[in-house]
Amino acid sequence: MSTPSPKGQLTRDEVAHLAHLSRLAVSDEELDLFAGQLAAVLDAVAQVGKADVADVAPTTHAVPMTNVMRADVARPSLARDVVLAGAPAAEDGRFRVPRILGEEQ
Amino acid sequence: MSDVTATDITASTAAELSRALQSGEVGSVEVTQAYLDRIAAQDGTIGAYLHVDADAALAAAGAVDAARARGEELGPLAGVPLALKDVVVTEGVPTTSGSKILAGWRPPYDATLAARLKAAGTVLLGKTNMDEFAMGSSTENSAYQVTRNPWDTDRIPGGSSGGSSAAVAAGLAPWAIGTDTGGSIRQPAAVTGLVGHKPTYGSVSRYGLIAFSSSLDQAGPMTRTVLDAALLHEAIAGHDPLDSTSIDSPVPVLAEAARRGAGGDLSGLKVGVVTELGGEGHADGYDPGVLARFAETVALLESLGAEVRQVSCPAFDLALPAYYLIAPSEASSNLARFDGVRYGVRVGDDGGRDLDEVMALTREQGFGPEVKRRIILGTYALSSGYYEAYYGQAQKVRTLITRDFTTAWDDVDVLVSPTSPTVAWSIGARVDDPVAMYAADLCTLPASLAGVPAISVPCGLSDGLPVGFQVMAPALADDRCYRVAAALEAAQDAARGHTFLAGMENPHS
Repeated sequence: MSTPSPKGQLTRDEVAHLAHLSRLAVSDEELDLFAGQLAAVLDAVAQVGKADVADVAPTTHAVPMTNVMRADVARPSLARDVVLAGAPAAEDGRFRVPRILGEEQ
Repeated sequence: MSDVTATDITASTAAELSRALQSGEVGSVEVTQAYLDRIAAQDGTIGAYLHVDADAALAAAGAVDAARARGEELGPLAGVPLALKDVVVTEGVPTTSGSKILAGWRPPYDATLAARLKAAGTVLLGKTNMDEFAMGSSTENSAYQVTRNPWDTDRIPGGSSGGSSAAVAAGLAPWAIGTDTGGSIRQPAAVTGLVGHKPTYGSVSRYGLIAFSSSLDQAGPMTRTVLDAALLHEAIAGHDPLDSTSIDSPVPVLAEAARRGAGGDLSGLKVGVVTELGGEGHADGYDPGVLARFAETVALLESLGAEVRQVSCPAFDLALPAYYLIAPSEASSNLARFDGVRYGVRVGDDGGRDLDEVMALTREQGFGPEVKRRIILGTYALSSGYYEAYYGQAQKVRTLITRDFTTAWDDVDVLVSPTSPTVAWSIGARVDDPVAMYAADLCTLPASLAGVPAISVPCGLSDGLPVGFQVMAPALADDRCYRVAAALEAAQDAARGHTFLAGMENPHS
């Protein structure tokens, strides 16, 4: 995304880049399909640009709340084996993950 | 309910079942079995449920009957069966949110609302189908199955809570829980002839709802009557320390508002008809039949004593584009948790691929097309160089929409509109056109973005299919929605001589 295309456009290459950023190994067929569909969606949502929002503050949340606190007291949590039972792979009481670093790193 | 038959049971409202169970006319096992039998006979056609555990349901029902036989003090909902949308996390019970990426997952805890309903003694019949991660308006985005509208099985049941709407409309559950991010309770309720209420944002705990768009998601009731909706809403509402956006205020008094509303007197109530939602100059895309039923219902409100005026909310015209930037942006962040590490499936872990590759393959195969589209769109809207023009701008439009509501509340007590611009469409008609699918949410999005409560109540038929009437109220004034909806329901029931659902022609059975 180093060279943004004009606002309101979403090219096939950009969809591929965004899919990579989103950790989606999309197929070529999906890229063709999504590029067209997302261009139409982007065209529709770009209408927000029509609003005059000078001096309008953004709303991030319907209920204005900040820094909800609770007492800093330890409470029981789920048992480790119960949590690991739902994982795709576990070993020695931990989540087992594929390797993170390459051979050279 | 003396000499009750199974048909009587599955045609009853939840309030009627509650009374019959409390008086001992029927037992929970009998009631639960009647629903399980009907599910077994008809859900092959309807496709409302993703998961039904008859043994567990009968065991829970048996425990309630035994406790009642021992003379234990039980709450009014004890023994009444219900269905939960599969976005609600349930301990030990499969929960998928309609996605393949969670296939086979049995959560280790209960959502707060599931825990409250369990503690109230309700009996879980099963988990209902939905658009994957609640993204959709037809339930066709489910990774698992198509759900059919009981009014016409060639048509969609609405979405994303379409399994819940179809189950209740078909008599496969007396009531159900749905969730609503941009209309996913109200629109399916409208197109299947149910009552559906989206509570004030923050008034029902989101703890244990699989998150789609956290600033918008709310759970609520989908029922056959307004009173049932109020009773179910009261059972799940209230502050929850486990949800940091939960409002710390007393549980609202809603059933009383519904009972009072059913008296039919709306004298002094000021009603605003939103011009931008189907009014003059804004009727494109609305079925003429929907607008006709809407106009008749507004006239009915006047005949009940309400003062009706037109109200313009100009920013509502931009609710759809604002929503379809905000919700995908939040979704792209929320769905990052599905990384194939902690729960759900993992794809391609052959010992050679690294974490990034396995994650990308897992998400590619685990997510369906609409979820991928929204993740990509959200990632775009949040990315450097586009953030201000899209996500930032949408958040400011959200402020303008909230201001329109605030201004309206100076003059009126409630705002009304059609719930959905059209009746239920044919299965398949919009699957390849996301923008057409999104248009189904036109009327429900403003209340979602502002966090105000809104109810959909049936208001007649167009081409033999149900039309919904939406009543919106200020934050924490959910009781007004129930009062107005109950008044309309009572007047309409009296005029036609039967309840709305009893008018279902050519029922699928």
